[in-house]
Amino acid sequence: MDISLQPSDGVKTPVPNKGVQISDRDTRRAPMTDETGKRMQWVTHLQRIRDEQDQKAFAELFSHFAPRVKGFLIRSGADATLAEECAQEVMATCWHKAHLFDPARASVATWIFTIARNRKIDVLRRERRPEPEDLGWGPEEDPAQADVLALQQESELLGKAIADLPAAQRDLIQKAYFGDLTHSEIAAETGLPLGTIKSRIRLALDRLRHAMK
Amino acid sequence: MDQKIKHHLSDEILMAYAAGTLPEAFNLMVAAHVSLCDTCRAQLETFEALGGAVLEDAPGNDMALSDSAFAATMALIAGGPVDTPKSPRVVSDDVLPSPLCEYVGGGLASVKWKSIGMGVKQAILPTSKSATARLLSIPAGAAMPDHGHHGTEMTMVLQGAFIDDDEYFARGDVEVADSDLHHTPVADIHEDCICLAVTDAPLQFEGLLPKIAQRFARI
Repeated sequence: MDISLQPSDGVKTPVPNKGVQISDRDTRRAPMTDETGKRMQWVTHLQRIRDEQDQKAFAELFSHFAPRVKGFLIRSGADATLAEECAQEVMATCWHKAHLFDPARASVATWIFTIARNRKIDVLRRERRPEPEDLGWGPEEDPAQADVLALQQESELLGKAIADLPAAQRDLIQKAYFGDLTHSEIAAETGLPLGTIKSRIRLALDRLRHAMK
Repeated sequence: MDQKIKHHLSDEILMAYAAGTLPEAFNLMVAAHVSLCDTCRAQLETFEALGGAVLEDAPGNDMALSDSAFAATMALIAGGPVDTPKSPRVVSDDVLPSPLCEYVGGGLASVKWKSIGMGVKQAILPTSKSATARLLSIPAGAAMPDHGHHGTEMTMVLQGAFIDDDEYFARGDVEVADSDLHHTPVADIHEDCICLAVTDAPLQFEGLLPKIAQRFARI
């Protein structure tokens, strides 16, 4: 007996089942919130780039993320020309490394963020970038869609939690990630004592962690 | 994977690693610790997720690219991978996790130790000058050299253990010392203690050997 497919109690708009059994790899039709749908769409885009060298998917990825990467690099201290150049390199790296993306462990935005961060350290700071030892396994060839969806939904929650933070806390977190400022430099910029900054960041993080539960 | 680690990296330093704002020597500390510590690896990936969320959602952060940017990127792609392929990772050994092996240029046997007296040896690792990373080897039962630092110093045990102020630090454990902390860690008696130590202030070791020897003489 399948009780999930055909509710017989006259519900007109089928409530999307919370989508843990998506077998169809084409996630555009997956029942989920718009936001998660978007995230899943980026995942599919990367898979198309990986499997089919799909330029149309890449063009969409590019128009969404390249300006954000450029903004990140400018806020990190690059001039416009360098930031533009690096943003292009970051996007090219997305193409070349699409096979390394693990959608059960990161959102596409997170993955691109780490590539952009790495490029920032390579180019702006001209430093080597020590990385943790590999765990010994790469992304699964075809990770369980349930795991992928769960992760993408969690990153949506995280995004919402940030949006719900008081402006001052949100601003500090953004500075910590974008501004290339140490916490004491943040203090200098905002005129707040360091301890306050730290506890504000901690508070923001605690709230986020709470929201993620 | 060592599950017995008790002294972890702070959220602040993990977040700064995720953001890419730490000096190279501290990045090396984080990479080395995370190699040994699943707890901090998970925490680090959480902070990377936060970075992704900020990249995605921060209003006003996107900057339009030039009209030719997409075509230029496709040309880059046609030219092959942007970054030079890395040399294959040096495999870790029982003491040094792979990020440290990469800085040493091999395993523990490849470390170019320099004696700094009283059986204590150190090897400074090649990082950018904004902070210093070095390996320290302290004979079993001996006190760590008191080297007087001004900034923050982080020390992680790689082999053996040390005791400081009744706290026991074993492989993977990290001790954080601020400039005002006067501490006298002592290596555990069972084995020579090998540590990674990073500091954001210039080391006061070099050229101060007589002074250090003096301090040792008091131990």
